[in-house]
Amino acid sequence: MNLLDRILRSRLAAFGLVVLAVVVTTALLAPFIAPHDPAAQDILSRLLPPMARSEIGLHVLGTDALGRDLLSRLMVGARVSLLVGIAAVSVAALLGVSIGLIAGYEDRRFGRLLMGLADVQLAVPFLVLILAVIAVLGPSLLNLIVVLGAAHWVQYARVVRAETLALREREFVQAAQALGAHTLRILLRHLLPNLTSSIIVISSLLVARMILYEASLSFLGLGVPARIPTWGGMIADGRSYMGNAWWVAAIPGLAIFMTVVAINLVGDRLRDLLDPKLRHAEK
Amino acid sequence: MLRYVTTRIAYAIAVILGVSVLVFLLVRLGGDPTSLFLPPESTAEEIARFRSRMGFDRPLIVQYLDFLSRAVQGDFGRSLRHQEPAMPLVLDRLPATLQLAGAALLLAVFLAVPTAIYAATRRDSIFDRASLLVTVVGQSFPTFWLGIMLILIFSEHLEWLPPSGRGSWAHLVMPAITLAAYSTALISRLLRASMLEVLQADYIRTARGKGLGERIVVLRHALRNAAIPAITVIGLQVGALLGGAVITEEIFAYPGMGRLAIQAIANRDFAVVQAFVVFMAVIVVSINLCVDIAYSVLDPRIRLK
Repeated sequence: MNLLDRILRSRLAAFGLVVLAVVVTTALLAPFIAPHDPAAQDILSRLLPPMARSEIGLHVLGTDALGRDLLSRLMVGARVSLLVGIAAVSVAALLGVSIGLIAGYEDRRFGRLLMGLADVQLAVPFLVLILAVIAVLGPSLLNLIVVLGAAHWVQYARVVRAETLALREREFVQAAQALGAHTLRILLRHLLPNLTSSIIVISSLLVARMILYEASLSFLGLGVPARIPTWGGMIADGRSYMGNAWWVAAIPGLAIFMTVVAINLVGDRLRDLLDPKLRHAEK
Repeated sequence: MLRYVTTRIAYAIAVILGVSVLVFLLVRLGGDPTSLFLPPESTAEEIARFRSRMGFDRPLIVQYLDFLSRAVQGDFGRSLRHQEPAMPLVLDRLPATLQLAGAALLLAVFLAVPTAIYAATRRDSIFDRASLLVTVVGQSFPTFWLGIMLILIFSEHLEWLPPSGRGSWAHLVMPAITLAAYSTALISRLLRASMLEVLQADYIRTARGKGLGERIVVLRHALRNAAIPAITVIGLQVGALLGGAVITEEIFAYPGMGRLAIQAIANRDFAVVQAFVVFMAVIVVSINLCVDIAYSVLDPRIRLK
């Protein structure tokens, strides 16, 4: 039975997968299916409630304080959330897996040094460090992705190093060594394929966390520059009007919540299916 | 035992030294740190004078050693905004943050532990499934949004609780719930998982076979062993709660260290940021050290490894 079927056998995971499919499709098609221009302001129709009409037509989720259509902004905002989530996880995986492989396979002293670095990073209040780095470098989409990614290599490096240490002693690796295979070949062709399930499991759950971090940082005004609509930024905008227009802040929050729940449900199922060992090894 | 403790302490000191390097390099990430400390309209002469006064024109290693020797004495320079030494500013805010993080930790433990025990003893019951779902949900909320929604409901509409500030216990309710949400879910999931594992052990069957009551088996025999991984996580959560307090304090305008740090970042007041990061690292590393040592007392196998 293939993996997709096995994921779908859990009702919760199937629900998560459907929600995720909707979010991804919306994000991909956002410019074509958004009912209005997400940046078009209309001060006369500001803070309209859901299902209200203005001169340009129906606003299914209402409008924000500048009269911009919330549904359209939500759709475009999905792109940023997913892009940052996936890109930052890729950066983290690339860094963490490389470091973990080298630390586990090559040199014990180097390995211990790297794991020491990991402890340094874990001792630092993570959000403040990211905020400070972005304050120094300046907020931009690329900086956000690189900083979030660079801050999460530890999760991968620890697991990959531990598994590499064990795999290194196995016969197939020793056989490859005896045949004179190049180290790089052993790492990429013999070790990496045995690590994929752990990497997939860590990645799926990390994407959810990255989306939450992106939203938090954008909410604080230090994530994505304000001219790009993001879910976190929309909540920050709506915060000042909560008394009379609660939906402006509530709706983007629901979008984040649904997306993250969906990813977590699928990620949990993947973890149960792919890696029984990891089930209890949360942070 | 003594050897284990001294190695752990030496390691903790090394980690804090590592953090100091990180913090030192932080303001130099963009190249010359002068621009971070001076207003943009400064003249070239002012910049040059500031550079030599702060010693930014010296070799990097000399600058670091100087930074370190001051830092050890608690001197992180002066806050540009408050015109006061940075570290005392951070320490002034410590009681407020400790109160918030402490309330959140208590809340998380009191909610999570009974839920996890009850769910684990009735595996796959409706309660178990519901609590699992609630924990997934609890780990998926954006913290800041939860806080905003609480303000919307309990301050704007019901007018039960004050939306911001610090003073009475009522000021603490919503921030503590907001901050505790994620940790509650995490602790509950972990404790449930380790309880399930322990409940299948042979000695549990023996205890039941001896005719001990289920209550004693669960609370005395199972919980004690299942609690070990949970205690590590609770220890780690203290650091996470102190870090998470940054956002919670910002939403509720709660005058703690985190809000100070966010304001310092917004004002590019890097002396305060550096003092905050180092101080937090010292707390987190000390807690981890205590957990490690407590662990080795509880489980002698760990220190023999």
